[in-house]
Amino acid sequence: MCGIVGIYLKSKKFEKDLGKLLSGMLVNMESRGPDSAGFAIYKKEKKEEFKYSICINNLVFEKFKKDISKKIKYNSILKNSDHAILSSKENPNKVLSILNEIKEISLVGYGRSIEIFKQIGNPKDVVKKFNLEKFSGTHAIGHTRMATESAITTDGSHPYSTGSDECLVHNGSLSNHNNLRRDLIKRRINFKSENDTEVAAGYISNHLSNKKNLKETLESALSDLDGFYTFITGTKKGFAIVRDEIACKPAVISETKDYVAIASEFQAMAHLPGVNIANIFEPQPGIVYSWGN
Amino acid sequence: MKLDLKKLKLRKINETLQSIDPKKNNKNYTIFNPEGNHAICVGLTDDIDITVKGHVGYYCGGMNQNANITVEGNAGTGVAENMMSGKIHVKGNASQSAGATAHGGFLIIDGDASSRCGISMKGIDIVVKGSVGHMSAFMAQSGNLIVCGNAGEALGDSLYETDIYIRGKVKSLGADCIEKKMDNKHLKKLEKLLKKAKLEKLKTKDFKRYGSARKLYNFKIDNVSSY
Repeated sequence: MCGIVGIYLKSKKFEKDLGKLLSGMLVNMESRGPDSAGFAIYKKEKKEEFKYSICINNLVFEKFKKDISKKIKYNSILKNSDHAILSSKENPNKVLSILNEIKEISLVGYGRSIEIFKQIGNPKDVVKKFNLEKFSGTHAIGHTRMATESAITTDGSHPYSTGSDECLVHNGSLSNHNNLRRDLIKRRINFKSENDTEVAAGYISNHLSNKKNLKETLESALSDLDGFYTFITGTKKGFAIVRDEIACKPAVISETKDYVAIASEFQAMAHLPGVNIANIFEPQPGIVYSWGN
Repeated sequence: MKLDLKKLKLRKINETLQSIDPKKNNKNYTIFNPEGNHAICVGLTDDIDITVKGHVGYYCGGMNQNANITVEGNAGTGVAENMMSGKIHVKGNASQSAGATAHGGFLIIDGDASSRCGISMKGIDIVVKGSVGHMSAFMAQSGNLIVCGNAGEALGDSLYETDIYIRGKVKSLGADCIEKKMDNKHLKKLEKLLKKAKLEKLKTKDFKRYGSARKLYNFKIDNVSSY
């Protein structure tokens, strides 16, 4: 099962309410995924600054902050439950290699505008824990997980991010992920889990880094990824959805002049403003729908 | 009688609609705020009229007998699944597997129906004013599927005895599904069903009929070595 949701704002009208809108979408998808939940939210970027979304697990925040300040020169580090957002102007490759060496933490995403929060537990509790309702931003993607092929852990939760400002949520299962993972490791993509979706995220990162745009990347994914899937993927300025050709995994899109919302089921978007006059349709199998770039 | 899903639990609403005393109870019901909830109006057995004001989730009107249900919005997966009799009218689009395994009754969809419309249908009549997605009428056994728009890939795959009438283009036919001659008997049946769906102005001659080549579902002694 699993529930996937996403919202992309076409106007500035709802930027302040983005977290609130997404929160309702995630809570309404609890029935499809009660094991864990997560979300990626894109905010306005600050000049030269990179943000690192870190799950500090059982570490005490103050101690982590003290330790990290010895290793990385940062502008700010903000605690949000068991996650922290570290902002720094230092070279991202340097920061990433330092963070990846700290075994007690999980780096869940990084980029100029993306912030990712994900944790095990009921979606209702997860959105409350991270205070999602207070977030503002331009677009966001979320996931509620019913675990099937790997354990219920933070690393097994979605969204997955394997490149700067990239994220992916998935409803379905892939059957050729082991082969693909081996191939991508050779291409220097790093993986943290045994999860199939992480491989799809790595595949997308690899294609985007080869200067393909989001739409072209997902079109090539249709022939290279084998299995059942509805994917929603986000980049700094874009947002896209694709379903495999068999299209067993559901998806519905609502579009108004102010936003595009995507969800596994309509009930996830029943609370959105103006949804009753929105253009509501199901994305066709094997066709990439994208907004922004 | 007004039933509001924001005030009443779905189970309470379904229980009310499932236990109608035709002598005492009202025969007209309106459901407000469906908000994509699943299993609205399932298992009804009485001749009552229900209007749902908005979009419904999965399996709306499932197992229906006798009731006349109108959905003023879109329907999720499996609308009218396993319907026995009665009528369901979806004024918007329907998601996949509309009318799945239904034995009887009448399903009208004003918009499009996505994949697997009429999968394994067993006697229902389905009229889709728009188009249907891939694998529609898969393993369909009896009844009629009428599509005023186009049909997606693999129409009527592994078909038994359902008659399929398509007005637009068919992307591809599934295994054992072929175009068949439209004789007077079929034209009359199609005319009757179009009239029932208030589509009298459509010309029956614009439709093409598809059915089973009957080569797949009989055991052939020549194939015995394959088993």
